[in-house]
Amino acid sequence: MRFVDEFRDPKLAKTLIERLYQRAAQLPYTAEKPMQIMEVCGGHTHAIFKFGLDKLLPPQLEFIHGPGCPVCVLPMGRIDACCEIAAHPEVIFCTFGDALRVPGKQGSLQQARERGADVRVVYSPLDALKLARENSQRSVVFFALGFETTLPVTAVTLQQARREGLSNFSVFCQHISLMPTLRSLLLQDDVRIDAFLAPGHVSMVIGTAPYHFINQQFGKPLVISGFEPLDMLQSVLMLVEQVCEASCKTENQYRRVVPQEGNLLAQEAMRDVFVLAGSSEWRGLGLIEHSGISLSPAYTVFDAERRFQPQVQSVADDPRARCGEVLTGRCKPHQCPLFGTGCTPHNAFGALMVSSEGACAAWYQYRHQETEQQDRQRRVAG
Amino acid sequence: MCIGIPGQIVALHEQQPDHAWAEVCGMRREVNIALVCEGKRELLIGCWVLIHVGFALSKLDEQEAQETLAALHEMEEVEADVALFLGRGEVR
Repeated sequence: MRFVDEFRDPKLAKTLIERLYQRAAQLPYTAEKPMQIMEVCGGHTHAIFKFGLDKLLPPQLEFIHGPGCPVCVLPMGRIDACCEIAAHPEVIFCTFGDALRVPGKQGSLQQARERGADVRVVYSPLDALKLARENSQRSVVFFALGFETTLPVTAVTLQQARREGLSNFSVFCQHISLMPTLRSLLLQDDVRIDAFLAPGHVSMVIGTAPYHFINQQFGKPLVISGFEPLDMLQSVLMLVEQVCEASCKTENQYRRVVPQEGNLLAQEAMRDVFVLAGSSEWRGLGLIEHSGISLSPAYTVFDAERRFQPQVQSVADDPRARCGEVLTGRCKPHQCPLFGTGCTPHNAFGALMVSSEGACAAWYQYRHQETEQQDRQRRVAG
Repeated sequence: MCIGIPGQIVALHEQQPDHAWAEVCGMRREVNIALVCEGKRELLIGCWVLIHVGFALSKLDEQEAQETLAALHEMEEVEADVALFLGRGEVR
């Protein structure tokens, strides 16, 4: 595929890795205390495991897999509210496939479907809009989920619904903003993040300026990165170069997709349809101020929560699961006591295991055998 | 979740002004172009766009893509020279 295959060239990857080794040797970091680079996009997390990029890094560098997958930070109570709405007999509840199996306290949307709810997987919110047009006797609810990449898409869908006067369409809004979460992570005492790989597709919408506080207030270098192996290795090298040169700035490796100002049309659509709405709960991280997003006054008529009034549910995370520690880099997925036993992709306990972009699911898919092998060797040696 | 796939706009939708047809991996897919259409929509034909859940969200900049790759190739040449200089490469 064009714009993809060129950025997977193994020969160029080898050159980048050689250069990384040379430059990393000049860093004030060691194998024991490596430079910790946090990626905050599930797409990056998946690519790291799929291509084994973490294993290609010199020992002075380490990836930490941050809260970059909107499905993985979905609180249980929100899933319960979705299931409650989906149980109304007139409702067709539409969701992206990623969210179907996320467990709530009362089970997942998939289980709600097994109990008889009309839950349908859609590829695009436009599919949900089409269902609303075709089923005027039913009430179609779209589960609007995601960061700034998906926000403008929901916004344009709602603008279209409003133009058409589709009164049987509404959205359950679980959009969240990434930037307040990065700030909240940096304000925690015991999280050691040395640099950020910033999400390419969130950035194509918001541009580069919103990241500047990370450099200016927190002194952390940041590079906006694409998703292919060469993109990510080059971005890591750019971060290492910044540290070597004692500079700290926002750089854009993914210029072929991310314009400096972002997508202005998308920003305008978001301003029209959404407002920042105080704090929002993130699974594993708790309440994060200013990260919640809700519909603007002109669009509240499309708010499924107003329409169906589900019970507000606040469900505490199970204390045995270490999802929050994995999300903040304090613990590796396989170090959680539930990993691979009480929590697997087929029977997920925590949301990081549900989505293929979650750190635990990626670890399970690409590393589990290796972890088991190491454990066996350790047992034999012991 | 924030996955984006490159596709090339090959035709405009006749009934829906906000929609076009994009070719993705040899398949034709309907995409919404409202967020990348700033002037005449005909100008989008032939453009490569990044598609997320049925919406084109960014016009791909071919020149930037070439420049990124060129910089990497340049690095490769420099590395080869350095390797040769340090006696690690094979002298032919």
